[in-house]
Amino acid sequence: MDIHRQVKYEEELDQAFLETIKAMSGAEDLDRCIQCGTCSSSCPMSVYMDYPPRKIISMVKNGFKEEALRSFTIWLCSSCYTCQVRCPAKIEITEVMYALKRLAIEEKVYPQKLAIPVLDKEMSQLIKTYGRNSELWLILRLYLKSRNPLGLLKMAPLGLKLMKTGRMSLKREAIKNKKQLQTLLNSLKEAV
Amino acid sequence: MNNYVYYPGCSLKGNSKQYEESILPVFKEIGLPLEELEDWNCCGATAYFSVDETMAAAICGRNLSLAEKQGKDIIAPCAGCYLTLKKANKVLQGDNPKARKINQALEKAGCAYHGGVQVKHPLEVLVRDIGLDAIKEKVRFKLKGLKVACYYGCQLVRPFTDFDDPDYPTTLDNLMAAIGAQPVPYSAKTRCCGGSLTGTIEEVGKRLNFILLKEAKRKGADAIVTICPLCQFNLEILQDKMAKAYGEDVTLPVLYFSQLMGLAFGLAKEDLGFNRSIIDLKPFWQKIGNGGSR
Repeated sequence: MDIHRQVKYEEELDQAFLETIKAMSGAEDLDRCIQCGTCSSSCPMSVYMDYPPRKIISMVKNGFKEEALRSFTIWLCSSCYTCQVRCPAKIEITEVMYALKRLAIEEKVYPQKLAIPVLDKEMSQLIKTYGRNSELWLILRLYLKSRNPLGLLKMAPLGLKLMKTGRMSLKREAIKNKKQLQTLLNSLKEAV
Repeated sequence: MNNYVYYPGCSLKGNSKQYEESILPVFKEIGLPLEELEDWNCCGATAYFSVDETMAAAICGRNLSLAEKQGKDIIAPCAGCYLTLKKANKVLQGDNPKARKINQALEKAGCAYHGGVQVKHPLEVLVRDIGLDAIKEKVRFKLKGLKVACYYGCQLVRPFTDFDDPDYPTTLDNLMAAIGAQPVPYSAKTRCCGGSLTGTIEEVGKRLNFILLKEAKRKGADAIVTICPLCQFNLEILQDKMAKAYGEDVTLPVLYFSQLMGLAFGLAKEDLGFNRSIIDLKPFWQKIGNGGSR
């Protein structure tokens, strides 16, 4: 049996984590969390999460960067904002989740097999290139990138229903002024 | 001439064509014919904000700039587009280095934005600007006896709470009552449908939407009425699988508020996208006496 220490000592924590997430999320009041658990009890996804939102906030406050960034929780947040409007300390919890997602992608520590971050990245890529999302193309890219052909097969009956009711287009949508969009995104990159 | 321009987003051109097919004639009927924003780009939804915040706000800024050039405010029927554009609008209107950086990039690309556009959901325009009395006057066919569960979902009422209550909103209920339908007390009205999770982790989407349908059924609703394409899609698409998975039939039509408004205004049901329903609408038509057909 392997014995593992279940707690971390202070020097193993990231002391700058709280400030990083505060700056990224704009949630200035993060320090004011009283760990009341209103967020966790309001969250429709918490039953599926590895850590409920209350624990994620505590991790952010106390420098558990690794744990927070690698958690499934941040990807299961569906942006319903229930926790955020109910938080008695007025912490923008959903924005904290967004900041954690962005940092996890930036540091490449997001769960690679989970389809959610793949979807987010693929959709952004489609929009960056064409200016528009095309539902069918997005789904194809999602299953290709998350290497899940079986999942695609399971989607087939649904696709058929949508086809039959004229709700799925095979066309790849694009804006006319793609050049403007490229200029916009490029000048943002240069502005860093 | 009106002060609004219509921002369809990807859903109203894709899996929720019936929303576009009903919202446009309804707005025409109330004297606010909507024109589509020329060369709009996708809002990026929750996905882009999960990857890159400045880019996400910038692409929304292009849409806001296009509307501003026409001197018009945006009507966004998709709750996802509505929130994303509104959120980006707030970022761009800010006076801080982040806002300045994005606004400079917008200017360089020839789509400078000066913060002068408001983003509204059609429900807000109908109830606040037009008013229920004016809507009542247009009603030619009351949807008598039709019990509806009004489902608001998340992003129309949260995090911005200036429009309605974030937990128990009533705008849509009042609108449905104004056209003669009977809203049921639907306690799940702002509980999340799972958003894009239905497409990525089916089990989660299936369970969340089962809860929503079951509650509507328990309250005796004949249909769920939605204001958002992703909610509509999620509520409708997994119904057949739910009976198998959870041993309970929760089949219910899931319709857009604009489809019911169109019926009440006496528009032909053939022109309101009802043929795009995946759920069998026979019980629904029986209930309202086949109203609106030619």
